Amino acid sequence: MRTIHSDAIVSAVAEICQEAAFRLPADVRRALEEARGTEKSPLGLSILGQITENADLAERERVPMCQDTGVAVYFVELGNEVRIEGLGLAEALAEGTRQGYTEGYLRMSIVKDPLFERVNTKTNGPPVVHVELVPGDRLRITLAPKGGGSENMSAMAMLKPLVGKEGVAEFVVETVRRAGGNACPPIIVGLGLGGNFERAPYLAKKALLRKLGSVHPDPRYAAFERELLERVNATGVGPQGLGGRTTALAVHIEAAPCHIASLPVAVNLNCHAARHASVEL
Amino acid sequence: MKKITLPLSPEDARTLQAGDEVLLTGTLYTARDAAHKRICELLAAGSPLPFELEGATLYFVGPTPAQPGRPVGSAGPTTSTRMDAFSPTLIAHGLRGMVGKGDRSPAVVEAMKAHGCVYFAATGGAGALIARCIKSSELVAWEDLGTEAVRRMEVEDFPVVVAIDCEGNNLYHTGPAAWARESERRGGGRMKPLGVAGRTPGQGG
Repeated sequence: MRTIHSDAIVSAVAEICQEAAFRLPADVRRALEEARGTEKSPLGLSILGQITENADLAERERVPMCQDTGVAVYFVELGNEVRIEGLGLAEALAEGTRQGYTEGYLRMSIVKDPLFERVNTKTNGPPVVHVELVPGDRLRITLAPKGGGSENMSAMAMLKPLVGKEGVAEFVVETVRRAGGNACPPIIVGLGLGGNFERAPYLAKKALLRKLGSVHPDPRYAAFERELLERVNATGVGPQGLGGRTTALAVHIEAAPCHIASLPVAVNLNCHAARHASVEL
Repeated sequence: MKKITLPLSPEDARTLQAGDEVLLTGTLYTARDAAHKRICELLAAGSPLPFELEGATLYFVGPTPAQPGRPVGSAGPTTSTRMDAFSPTLIAHGLRGMVGKGDRSPAVVEAMKAHGCVYFAATGGAGALIARCIKSSELVAWEDLGTEAVRRMEVEDFPVVVAIDCEGNNLYHTGPAAWARESERRGGGRMKPLGVAGRTPGQGG
């Protein structure tokens, strides 16, 4: 067994909260640059220019690239030979979030209760935490802060299995079209397929973490991702929903086995400020 | 690129057309849904407002806290649909401009046409860039709302697009439609008629 003290988790998490808010990942920055090469709408080009300039400015001046610094969503890979000393994992992540969001002048965007007490917790917590047990003695934490604009336009459906690929494609395209400018395009589309009612949205969110430009390991899904991207971009929604060729930078799919009667489909949209940062302890 | 001074004059409001790229300079007031609700409650009660609504332009924004030495933190637009329930009332009481992101409801557009109000789109997710255009930010009302409080901002060359003009021309409709046709001409997307999928997604905002 390897022991990790919660203090190390707290300080590492505080750091990645700020890192994520200030620095757009290189793959996203590259994809935006490529979009500037293919976009033909003059207004779309002007918007893409603002977006890349904004990313550079945020990194240089250590200012959040977006004022919606989001819900802190953590994907944790916890080695089964790791023992955490001090605070529990959830408490350590919450405390790291509080410190990171406070020290970084990030916006606290969480309210205590969805219905009866919409009062800011002032800690940006509690965060949303997904833990996966893996072999080994490492602890890997990935933070994907998620803004409300794109999260609100995400959608989930339990389709009939017989609608197949075409039914899924229509649901994806319709979700993107309805989201319009609200989701802050150019977006990244995370598509979770299969599993069950609660598994599909998790898969969709996880799909958003894959590096832009990477190819799905299953050639059938790789081809479906390309087809979906083409169809999503054919909507004309464009940068900020004001028209253009660049509606999405990528469509990423995560699929899982499912029930014979079900075809769970979840579409999690991510704005162009597709922030994430990781740390391994 | 047009340069427009705030507060918007009725003449400027009427000459702006959907699709115009504009640089705004002058005074904006910030308000999100919570502040809109309070403004509407004061209007309904016939009570005075904490700022002059006649001719004003509202910016739908909840900034990050200002770092030391800066007037404001990151300050990009939030989704405007959350203000749709309140905007027609404010427009009827003199609101002349709104800055946000995303399409508006038909009722908002009707009120804009009736009273000569313009809706500008700022670039969502460009909060650092926009913050550079904000020269000062001062609390006007409702500190308890935190980031959602009403603030007076002096802006300089704030880049926006006229998304919906006083005549109701709406770039959120015409823009994507034009570019979908462009895509079709190029043979992109292999679009097929919709209607097989079991359900339509719920709307957020």
